[in-house]
Amino acid sequence: MEWKLADAAFNDLFVKLKDDYLIYGPKRFDRGGRFADTDLIRYDEVERPAEIVWNEKSAFSPKEVVFPITQTLFYFTEEKILEPVPDENRLLVFLRPCDINGIRRLDTIYLENGTQPDSYYARLRKRIRFVMMECTESFDNCFCVSMKSNTASGYDMAIRAGRGEFLVEVKNDEFLRYFSPDLPQVEFIPEFVRENRIRVTVPDTDEVPAGIYTHDMWNEYKSRCIACGRCNTACITCSCHTTADIFYDDNIHAGERRRTWASCHIDGFTDMAGGISFRKDNGSRMRFKVLHKIHDYRKRFGEQMCVGCGRCDDNCPELISYSNCISRLSKVIQETSS
Amino acid sequence: MSKNPMMPESHRIIHVRQETALESTFRIEADFPPALGQFYMVSIPKIGEMPISISGIGPGWIDMTIRNVGRVSRTVHSLNEKSVLFLRGPYGNGFPMKEFGGYHLAVAAGGSGIAPVRPLVEHYYQHPDEVEKLDLLFGFKTPDDILFRQDIERWKSRFETTLTVDDGCGIWDGECVGLVTEYVEDIKLSESDRMVIIIVGPPIMIKYTAAAFIRRGISEERIIVSMERRMSCGIGKCGHCKIGEYYICLDGPVFRYNDAVRLID
Repeated sequence: MEWKLADAAFNDLFVKLKDDYLIYGPKRFDRGGRFADTDLIRYDEVERPAEIVWNEKSAFSPKEVVFPITQTLFYFTEEKILEPVPDENRLLVFLRPCDINGIRRLDTIYLENGTQPDSYYARLRKRIRFVMMECTESFDNCFCVSMKSNTASGYDMAIRAGRGEFLVEVKNDEFLRYFSPDLPQVEFIPEFVRENRIRVTVPDTDEVPAGIYTHDMWNEYKSRCIACGRCNTACITCSCHTTADIFYDDNIHAGERRRTWASCHIDGFTDMAGGISFRKDNGSRMRFKVLHKIHDYRKRFGEQMCVGCGRCDDNCPELISYSNCISRLSKVIQETSS
Repeated sequence: MSKNPMMPESHRIIHVRQETALESTFRIEADFPPALGQFYMVSIPKIGEMPISISGIGPGWIDMTIRNVGRVSRTVHSLNEKSVLFLRGPYGNGFPMKEFGGYHLAVAAGGSGIAPVRPLVEHYYQHPDEVEKLDLLFGFKTPDDILFRQDIERWKSRFETTLTVDDGCGIWDGECVGLVTEYVEDIKLSESDRMVIIIVGPPIMIKYTAAAFIRRGISEERIIVSMERRMSCGIGKCGHCKIGEYYICLDGPVFRYNDAVRLID
């Protein structure tokens, strides 16, 4: 069902939703942006609807809501191992179609890869509902259309924010109760981005030719990439983590096992005790990431991993263009194969 | 609530046997027998967790041979018979034992790579009729690094066994000195396609040993390797052990070499 809500009615809806949900959305942080005198847009809990930024892309994805940056897996006290008491809060996340598709990639890894779903992720994920922010304009570095992630259907509500009015589609019936019968019903079908300024040619090969792994094209990234991992942390689909145990400074008999985001660009990701490690140069790490995003994942799960949000390119301090790299790779593969 | 696959369980250490200056074998109470070639996530609460392959299986116990080289392994080495450690698992696919029935097998292991193949060799030592022939080729850096010396002596009575050290250090009274690859030539290969080579060791050893067998006409499909990577979860989530479309923890650690050779880190 679809409704048209004026500002005041939307505020009322928001207040009602806040009774039942913690609401997360892209928010503005004064002058925290990448460039001088720019603001940072990132995800955080939203108190008022006016805080939600509709007309700019967030620098970071909503990944941290679904998959916390650091999470305690266990508390250790002498002989006992305790799981943290599960948080029962329900969460409502305002996000764009690319991010909805990205979270499906996280679901695939944490719930479907292998035979054992991750219980921490599963528990948190069950409490989350999605409000799709209609997204019809393409921002800098976006290439969702090339990655076929410009459209999404896995949402509970969708919203078009207009001047002084909001159109709302409710797909999940559990939200119907927030809409009073006297609100005006309208026809509203969310629209999607149909064209990006950046177009990427994705290699459609099933098998990466062996020569690609050692190809010269990766050498440029050897020196340009500084292994800061910003591309990974900004990415909605990067799902890797590392676990680490700690004990408390003032009581070494108690401690925790935690997991924290980890990533393939950052030093130490493959280090094993005894001194063996893999992909020591940053060019190999770029190659590993790119092939994972546009080949390896597809081969295993049948859809592309990368959703084309372009946040890797938004955040790279060395101005590496991942989208450029994909197109270049396609060209190199074509040349190698012909 | 669904079961938490990350929850480790405490297991008592039955016995600790020092193998070398750095390595000891921990016999641990475990009533659920793993498949040969699988591994466990071993942990010490407040210190950390690490993947360790199974180096022996018996009634009510498993062996794990652990080298003292990291934060967790250092702590494990401070444990004794009265201690407990924590396990999750077993994980991974293990060796395709059914396939080996009636086959001629050759096992080449380098250094601590002998640990994951020890249960397999021991299995065929106890059940020699299950294979046509088993040849063993073990290499260590120096005589002081040799693992399972007594087992190797025992295995020699049933299987053709080559034990070599890279460097004799002037104290080696064995017959062979040199890398494992130098002794691949000496293994009598079967003409039939019922021959399988198992190679376990450091990446560089696997690469050159496989190449030596391939030069002798063994196809990549007939070579089986076991791989090691860093792991945090063991259940396909943390991403550390992903190579290509595979996860070593889920799809390995045992791979056919024609697959493994395509997996470029």
